Amino acid sequence: MTDAPALKRYAFEDFLPGVSFALGPKLVTAEEIVAFAREFDPQPFHLDEAAGRESILGGLAASGWHVCAMFMRMMCDSYLLDATSQGAPGIEEARWKRPVLAGDTLSGKSTVQSARASNSRPEIGIVSFRHELFNQRGESVFELENAAMFRRRLVLVEAKP
Amino acid sequence: MTLDAFLRLGETVTLGTHPFEADEIKAFARLYDPQPFHVDEAQAAQSLFGKLCASGWHTAAMWMKLNVSDLERHADRPWEGAGPRPEWGPSPGFQKLRWPKPVYAGESVTFTRTALNHRRTATRPGWRMLQLRCGATDSSGDTVLDFESAVMVKAA
Repeated sequence: MTDAPALKRYAFEDFLPGVSFALGPKLVTAEEIVAFAREFDPQPFHLDEAAGRESILGGLAASGWHVCAMFMRMMCDSYLLDATSQGAPGIEEARWKRPVLAGDTLSGKSTVQSARASNSRPEIGIVSFRHELFNQRGESVFELENAAMFRRRLVLVEAKP
Repeated sequence: MTLDAFLRLGETVTLGTHPFEADEIKAFARLYDPQPFHVDEAQAAQSLFGKLCASGWHTAAMWMKLNVSDLERHADRPWEGAGPRPEWGPSPGFQKLRWPKPVYAGESVTFTRTALNHRRTATRPGWRMLQLRCGATDSSGDTVLDFESAVMVKAA
């Protein structure tokens, strides 16, 4: 199987508390802000520069769900695609702290808070993360806490004769 | 119409239904979440999910799409409350988001929004913070997404 621990750099055992992974940098263009917004969040401040400037957001701003999607891609490119990832059951909390505007460059990190074996699935471990993204001025724009599932490298299996 | 009626406080509003087809699931995932179980049927079969399924962010973004459509459908309702017509603003975030069941290719998902309560914001005069409960179910009636959210509303 393609997500077998032996074929991946990171398995559950590698996500030790305190370990962190760099995210980005990722330039956010006006074109992609508008493309995402047309599809999923067509509010004026996500579609039009002038409307964004006049709004409480102060410029053409990415949809918060677009920020989540870009954050997901940054995690994939940093470590998830080379890990035994098996998805995530949810998000404890996500905060859109400042607008992400056209031309901003996002970078950040995912930090392991804790890790434990799954009670119900012995081949799986559950890793709790805290994630944060910053803009090019070092201002925190997005924070998120969640747990994610990874296959374990070491699983007790019955010996074959 | 009072502000509470305008915001449809206490009413669970059905926003619409969306069929998640395999091609659309893969197209979203290639851009934003290219993990094997979101882009390839054979690799999905080897994963815990067992079948190709949508990125959870795809499901969440679709909630927003149908939410905005619902607000647009009701945009021309007469406003007779105090002050100017309320305006929808940005959101500070969400919490307790769960994806309790995957959205498999071919599933139709129905989305809902319930406005719970609102209060004046301390930092932004003229704006209120509206608390929302948001959800989605598949064709079996099983919950595939739920979360608590908030949105700013410009209102007297």
